[in-house]
Amino acid sequence: MGYNKVACVGAGITRFVRRAKETGRELAWEAAKMALDSAGMTLKDIDCVVMGTAPDAFDGVHMKGEYLADGSGGFCKPYMRHFVGGGTGVFAPIHGWQHVASGKFDTCLVVCEEKMSSTFPHPQGAFITIFDHTTEQALGPTLIWIFALEMNRYMQRWGLSERDVAKVSVQNKANAIDHPAAQLGQKITVEDVLNSEVLAWPVKRLDISPASDGAAAIILTNEHKARQVTDKPVWVSGVGWCLETAYWATRDLYYPVYVEKAAKMAYDMAGIREPDKEIHVAEPYDPFDYKMLHHMEGLLLCKRGEAAKLVADGVTARTGRLPCCPSGGALGVGNPIAATGLMKIIELFLQLRGEAGKRQIPGDPRVGVAQAWGDLMQVGTVVVMNR
Amino acid sequence: MNRRVGIVSMGYHGFSAVTPDLSYRELVYLAASKAYAAAGIEPQHVDMFICAAEDFCEGYSISDEYCNDQLGAVKKPVQTVCGEYLQAIGNACMLIQSGLGKLVVVEAHSKASNMKTHDDVLSFGMDPIWNRPLKVTPHFVAGLDMHRYLLDTGTTEEQCAAIVVKNKANAMLNPSAAHAGRFTVADVLRAETVAWPVNRLSIAPRADGCIVTVLAEESLARQLNSSPVWITGTGWATETTALETRRWGSAPSAEIASQMAYKEAGITVPSQQIDLFEVDDSYAYRELQALEALKVFGKGQALHALDEGRLGPTGDCPVNVSGGSLGVGHLLEATGAQKLLELFLQLSFKAGERQLPDVTTGLAQAWRGVPTTTSAVVICSNE
Amino acid sequence: MLNEKLPGTPMSSEEFEKAITIEDHPALEYAWDDGVAIGRYLKELKNGRIVARTCSGCDRIMIPPRMFCELCWRPTDEWHFVKDTGVVNTFAVTRVNWDASRRGPNEPPLMPAVIEIDGASKGMGILHLLGDVDPKKVKIGMKVKAVWKPEKERTGAITDIKYFKPY
Repeated sequence: MGYNKVACVGAGITRFVRRAKETGRELAWEAAKMALDSAGMTLKDIDCVVMGTAPDAFDGVHMKGEYLADGSGGFCKPYMRHFVGGGTGVFAPIHGWQHVASGKFDTCLVVCEEKMSSTFPHPQGAFITIFDHTTEQALGPTLIWIFALEMNRYMQRWGLSERDVAKVSVQNKANAIDHPAAQLGQKITVEDVLNSEVLAWPVKRLDISPASDGAAAIILTNEHKARQVTDKPVWVSGVGWCLETAYWATRDLYYPVYVEKAAKMAYDMAGIREPDKEIHVAEPYDPFDYKMLHHMEGLLLCKRGEAAKLVADGVTARTGRLPCCPSGGALGVGNPIAATGLMKIIELFLQLRGEAGKRQIPGDPRVGVAQAWGDLMQVGTVVVMNR
Repeated sequence: MNRRVGIVSMGYHGFSAVTPDLSYRELVYLAASKAYAAAGIEPQHVDMFICAAEDFCEGYSISDEYCNDQLGAVKKPVQTVCGEYLQAIGNACMLIQSGLGKLVVVEAHSKASNMKTHDDVLSFGMDPIWNRPLKVTPHFVAGLDMHRYLLDTGTTEEQCAAIVVKNKANAMLNPSAAHAGRFTVADVLRAETVAWPVNRLSIAPRADGCIVTVLAEESLARQLNSSPVWITGTGWATETTALETRRWGSAPSAEIASQMAYKEAGITVPSQQIDLFEVDDSYAYRELQALEALKVFGKGQALHALDEGRLGPTGDCPVNVSGGSLGVGHLLEATGAQKLLELFLQLSFKAGERQLPDVTTGLAQAWRGVPTTTSAVVICSNE
Repeated sequence: MLNEKLPGTPMSSEEFEKAITIEDHPALEYAWDDGVAIGRYLKELKNGRIVARTCSGCDRIMIPPRMFCELCWRPTDEWHFVKDTGVVNTFAVTRVNWDASRRGPNEPPLMPAVIEIDGASKGMGILHLLGDVDPKKVKIGMKVKAVWKPEKERTGAITDIKYFKPY
């Protein structure tokens, strides 16, 4: 369709930790500086900055995009913050793509940051404010309710057991052992997951990714600039995003239609007709283990209801036919919401360049897809990258 | 890829101090209905939607999740920008220029009346370690800036008061204005001091309302509207949130944003090439400061233009003929939308009693308010 | 390649206790205009009834009621009372409160559920709580009925219904 080509040419990321000493600005700076250094660029080479960060309630600062501007390179530059809930981290490169593909800017620094530890007594409490203020908040809901309700419906629809789902947590947390940013990389067993504290049945502690502090950044440029900066640009070849109705209780939660629509938008752009065959590596969003399955299906990487079997059969392992979350995902690396999505983009970037170190999947992966999800089970954001 | 972007229609509802009869959903539905009807479109035809919103203005988290039903944007590409409306307009233009979308809708609304502790929300935007513990009214940030501006330019408090008088008087001809009125300079100077030299009447009072803009790529814009208003330049910039290191008194973010927009629009002498200006007057002094940052006048010269009557509706450089935020009401992130709306109406010759003759090019500029240094500019033309 | 040693300094909760901290308790208060649709919804809840809106474009009967149909993009047509019974679409069982504190040993667990309301369109559900039922006996597809607060205690809120229980 003749869009300006947009490439990712550099990346940076901080450790994801439960409670960071660094302020949000400092975390953003570390990631942004690392990304610039990795591309051999300075802030002078950056035409615009795009910031992704999730609810202001976590950091405890209104207009926290403004608050983070200094740490993100948004000083005397066009700086814009986007926000699509948990989908933010994969929307960030899409927002950056919009800036560069338009031709208005040649280079864009994309930064994502989250400092969930600021919220007291516990970041979970901030989530009550995402529910409808009049028809839902009075019931005392938590974010975990949403996941439990969706997980229950998904499992019931396909006849899955908690055991089937727990395998995802085992896979991803083990993968994360090899990720330098990882908060919770560890070898656990399915039994460990099943025996962990029930937070909201069917969701248990080890089904969940942790609250985290962290930041990530990438550099996007047009083709001309990309070829100056690197001989291994990774192209952002497809972008898609989709928001479902806020009346979430009127939807059957077992299948994320909005993820599928976003995926189709991205696949169409990237010229992918059979994602289950053409995608070499996938980073679906996995804040909870069942979500990776839910999203694999929404991303059309397998038929509906079949994702659990792919995991059980080892298809999604790093050495499998379709590695999913080789990074370790949110479950293993950590979930500083917006930064997690960008962490997945960075994983694709590294995997497609053969630079993922111990996490490198074998073969010669050329096409990857990353996806994030958020809001009241409403938003799908999808990016296809290829070499 | 130089695809031209046109404003096909703008629909709005408002503006008034309170809107108790409508929920925010119903408010947005009204404005969107008008915008789509005027454009002759259904929301299913729209390619992408952009909302400008901040959680703490709405009073709930992840405000983006609640923005799309009332736009008819279910299962559509919808994104929220936590920024000024004019930044979202800049974003919409990029979407169209990239070729990804041909028809894009931008929305923002204000339900400021539902914010019971607005000043606390503003303070909540300040650095929690260095600034908030001082526990001073957030308007102090404007006070510091205004004081510096007065010192650097020789502008007086009386001249700032005259801006209040001008804009509220202009608003008398604007049927959508919430805070029109006949004031004198003495009235304004008598008002309660909030954070000297900022006083109560020089702060734009808030209003509720919603504005929806339908934008299209050139050939589609021409199909939907026989005379669309073209967006010829956009720009936005942030200087720094740090109070300690920002450049006080001169609004550098407005300068950077306008330079971006001027370059795109081919504007080299704004005072001659632009027929009307709708600029930030969230605090009265900011109108004069903005005109200088936008290089409409040289530093310390805006006050002379004011005294010579050049900024009034019959002057050669009409500023805020809509009434500005002082007269219409400050609409939070939708403030820039109201300025763009005035450009759209004027350039379409639909501004009723306030219509300026022979206008071809207009500039809208907005600032995100205390404690930010973020400004955005949009330039439009009907040629 | 990412460096093995990435920036970011983790703090334990003990270190956190010792750090200099600043507390802020902002007064962030809002009073949202209910508007026409939700205004009526709440009023009817006070009356012990659940009201919906209909759309003749898609033939849906919708709760919570809205004055416009988000799918057809047209104003909705009529008010329509629905039953206060329904079917459990999905549910969860939790001992964790909204602020992450744990429920006491004598407090029953919370059982949030999506309940498809009888009389509304198929699949048209609301979020509410289940109560007065053994968590182990709850099933998707279970029929439940609202347990209302006594009339004089109702204020026009979603909590005028205490919970839904099987019948």
